[in-house]
Amino acid sequence: MSTPAVPILEVHDLTVSYHHKPVLWNIDLQLDEPSLIAILGPNGAGKSTLLKAMLGLLPIVSGRVDFFGQPLSRVRQRVGYVPQRESVDWEFPVNVRDVVVMGTYGRLKWYQRPGKAEYALVDECLDQVGLTSLADRQIGRLSGGQQQRTFLARALAQRADLYFMDEPMAGVDAATEQAIFSLLHILRKEGKTVVVVHHDLRTVETYFDRVILVNTHLIAAGSVEESFTTTNLQKAYGGRLALLDRAGDRLQSERPIR
Amino acid sequence: MDGQWLTIGSTFLVAALVAIPCAIVGCYLVLRRLSLLGDAISHAVLPGIVLVYLHWETRTGLPLLIGAVLTGVLTAVLTSWVTSISKVREEASMGIVFTGMFALGVLLLTTQASQVDLDPGCVLYGQLELAPFQVTDVYGIEMPAIVPRLVVVISIVVLFFTLAWKQIQTVAFDAAFATALGMSVPVIHYAMMGLTAMVTVASFEAVGSILVIAMLIVPPATAQLLVARFHHMLIVSALLGVLAAAGGIALGYWTNTNYAGMMAVVTGIEFTLAVLFSPRSGLVLQAFRNRRLSWRMVSEDVLALLYRREEESHATPGVEVRHITGRWQRRLVLAWLRWQGWIIQRPGQLLELTDAGRRRAASLVRAHRLWEAYLHSEMALPPDHLHESAEFMEHFLDDVLQQQVQEAVGHPKEDPHGRPIPPGNG
Amino acid sequence: MSYNTWVVLIGVSLLGAAAGVVGTFAVLRGRALTGDALAHAALPGLCMAVAITGTRDLTIMLLGAFASGLLGVAVLAFLRRYTRVAEDAAVGIVLSVFFGAGVVLASRLQQQGNAAIAGLDSYILGKTAGITLNDIYQIGGLALINLVIVLALFRDFRLICFDPAFAIVQGRSVYWLDLLLMALMAATVVIGLPAVGVVMIAALLILPSAAARWWSDRLGTIVTLAGGFGIVMGTIGTLISDHYRGMPAGPVIVLIGVLIFALSAIVGPQHGWIARQWRQRQAKGATWTANG
Repeated sequence: MSTPAVPILEVHDLTVSYHHKPVLWNIDLQLDEPSLIAILGPNGAGKSTLLKAMLGLLPIVSGRVDFFGQPLSRVRQRVGYVPQRESVDWEFPVNVRDVVVMGTYGRLKWYQRPGKAEYALVDECLDQVGLTSLADRQIGRLSGGQQQRTFLARALAQRADLYFMDEPMAGVDAATEQAIFSLLHILRKEGKTVVVVHHDLRTVETYFDRVILVNTHLIAAGSVEESFTTTNLQKAYGGRLALLDRAGDRLQSERPIR
Repeated sequence: MDGQWLTIGSTFLVAALVAIPCAIVGCYLVLRRLSLLGDAISHAVLPGIVLVYLHWETRTGLPLLIGAVLTGVLTAVLTSWVTSISKVREEASMGIVFTGMFALGVLLLTTQASQVDLDPGCVLYGQLELAPFQVTDVYGIEMPAIVPRLVVVISIVVLFFTLAWKQIQTVAFDAAFATALGMSVPVIHYAMMGLTAMVTVASFEAVGSILVIAMLIVPPATAQLLVARFHHMLIVSALLGVLAAAGGIALGYWTNTNYAGMMAVVTGIEFTLAVLFSPRSGLVLQAFRNRRLSWRMVSEDVLALLYRREEESHATPGVEVRHITGRWQRRLVLAWLRWQGWIIQRPGQLLELTDAGRRRAASLVRAHRLWEAYLHSEMALPPDHLHESAEFMEHFLDDVLQQQVQEAVGHPKEDPHGRPIPPGNG
Repeated sequence: MSYNTWVVLIGVSLLGAAAGVVGTFAVLRGRALTGDALAHAALPGLCMAVAITGTRDLTIMLLGAFASGLLGVAVLAFLRRYTRVAEDAAVGIVLSVFFGAGVVLASRLQQQGNAAIAGLDSYILGKTAGITLNDIYQIGGLALINLVIVLALFRDFRLICFDPAFAIVQGRSVYWLDLLLMALMAATVVIGLPAVGVVMIAALLILPSAAARWWSDRLGTIVTLAGGFGIVMGTIGTLISDHYRGMPAGPVIVLIGVLIFALSAIVGPQHGWIARQWRQRQAKGATWTANG
């Protein structure tokens, strides 16, 4: 074991509430090495919530999250995000290239415009996802797989070290799924880390190194061999901890409704 | 003097007869998130109204109401059509349709002003003040001309709501489920749009196009803050509308300003009061509950602190509780704890738990340590991650929950730090 | 045409351009009808300004309108953040209650015989003929500033309209940009009041970009076209309404806008009816060729 480096991601005692009822309790985890990690759990169990809370998109009730040993605001350029596809307005007047170029904005000052270097990067990313021929198409006229690849290309253009992806495989055909994963593997080989909210248990062992099992609280976090076990899966998918639910109800009833 | 009361009385009658159907129909609009469609329809009826005036030269009557219903449905249909054929969103296409139609109406009005007995100002804010003076004879009783029309409208609205009660409530709540049940959602929807238009047109002469929105949207929104059941909402909404009518006219009379505008302002006042003081979710109430909660938490922290000190030694100097609470709060908290009979103050600033206090404190500490045990065993959190969470949760775990936690963890005797868990009550 | 008319036309053109451009982003951000609420909420401020200062000075009136418009927006934000009142109901409430307050104030001023109020009706329906030269400088200037700001921050506005979550993660200050957009909207709405009036200004924000959408899928093109259509709407509407005395400008401008929208739906090269028919023919032709 080499000398302990700064952890890539450290989540410390994270609790997230919605309308005063905790939806994530005391999540505590740490990532030390570049890997491909799947966040798994039943629907409504907090997978997306965990992702969004880590990225500052949802308010945190207690706890903290550190990226490369620092708060997110200091290292934004090293963190990339691919959101869920439903949250996009497909009628928005932008084409594929416009979307990918947005990935470069994080490194530009507000008065700077993307230049030749940025557009060259954009072309490279488009090539990596195989969308070069569609670069000028408005995003509403793409297939589901192509849309997903557009947002992937945007994330690549961010040139981040740590990526978060929210259900990237949802509604995508098998060929695109494989293509996306080969890309993710290349990223991992380059020393990046990718955290993916994933919904398909069958493909976990094929694609990922590590898993995080969540069902309003952390069930397990570790390598696929260690943590992706029947026991853990039963705990994760076997229904919520009734006690947490009741405690949460009590909290909600004491606090004024918001 | 008599005449003046009569005037005000009939003005109020008209205003109330406007407010009631608006408030009822508005409940559907607000619940179905269609407030802005109501806004749109109330604007869009204008060209229809002007055309009817031009053609039939009559203020009352069936043609107006029928034209209104058709216009209402037309607006909704046009909006959907524009949204579907273009890339424009629903909100924007609504804006296009209703401002277009309103513009047409205003244009017709101003260019044909001589032939039409309508004044542009009336269009916007009504002529409630004149209502008592435009009288008509109904079965020998003299009343403002607008009253019979309003009575007809109210009857239709009440009839519809009574007959189609189940459908309206289900569609308003869960349109998909309503469809699954076999209810015809489009029929209900377009019927409501028609009713909205009808109500708007009938009220139009009294309060104008823009202020009718106040009567349509604000009382229902206020009622929703106050009650929890659909039929209560309808009744409270209507009452609020009538109250606003009364208040608006009273204030308008007193300050000699526009009655309809005042009515709108009064609905706003009702709404503000509900936002602040509603027993269900009023902000003032929430702030008060928050304060009370933090109060309770602080005093419980004091009790727990005393208990822990007792575990180590005996009585505690009162000054030690300083780190839990500020000086001003400290005196009040201690006074309250004394008053409750949970602590007694010994000479020299020393505090001591009474038996009752000790029991209460024990329950708190028990909750704390049980929760730590739970976090440790169920969520595999390391011992240094437990205290903060338990510090918070201890205030919310009552006897019942404590019992459940205890069972879940297997009746532990100690918390993960090795400290004893106090036994429960009973 | 007189020098006066020219100046008015230029002022209204700038207004139309600004409204078209700012409106494009407002619509994309889902705030189209907030603009309507803003316009209605501006009325009490307008009246208060007149009541307090007793003058009909445009700057004062516009400042008052701007202030109460922003107050309306603040109330909306408050309701959204601290209560569970639905967004659309909140807009309707702010719109009607503020407007009611404005009507009350206006009637009070009227009853007091305040001469300054005489022109208030023109703020409700719009009257370009009544705008003085002085006013135009202010209107035109403000419109220009609006345009410049929007164009300078084009990329940022586009990002927050399209994908606010992504913008947040990237560290863009979505909150402040949003606020800025609202302020620009408020300013545009307020300077549009003398020309187009309270009720119609929302259309001026919505129609140009809605029409432009038929022509292109690129935001840059749409914004430019929206500005252009705004200019056309403003100028033609003003010319017509000036010509026929007694016709308020607001409705005419709006109807011109609807006309442009309808025409665009037919001739717009990207999504218009003609273009789609032509592409369908092309596709059919291609199939035949492919099949030999």
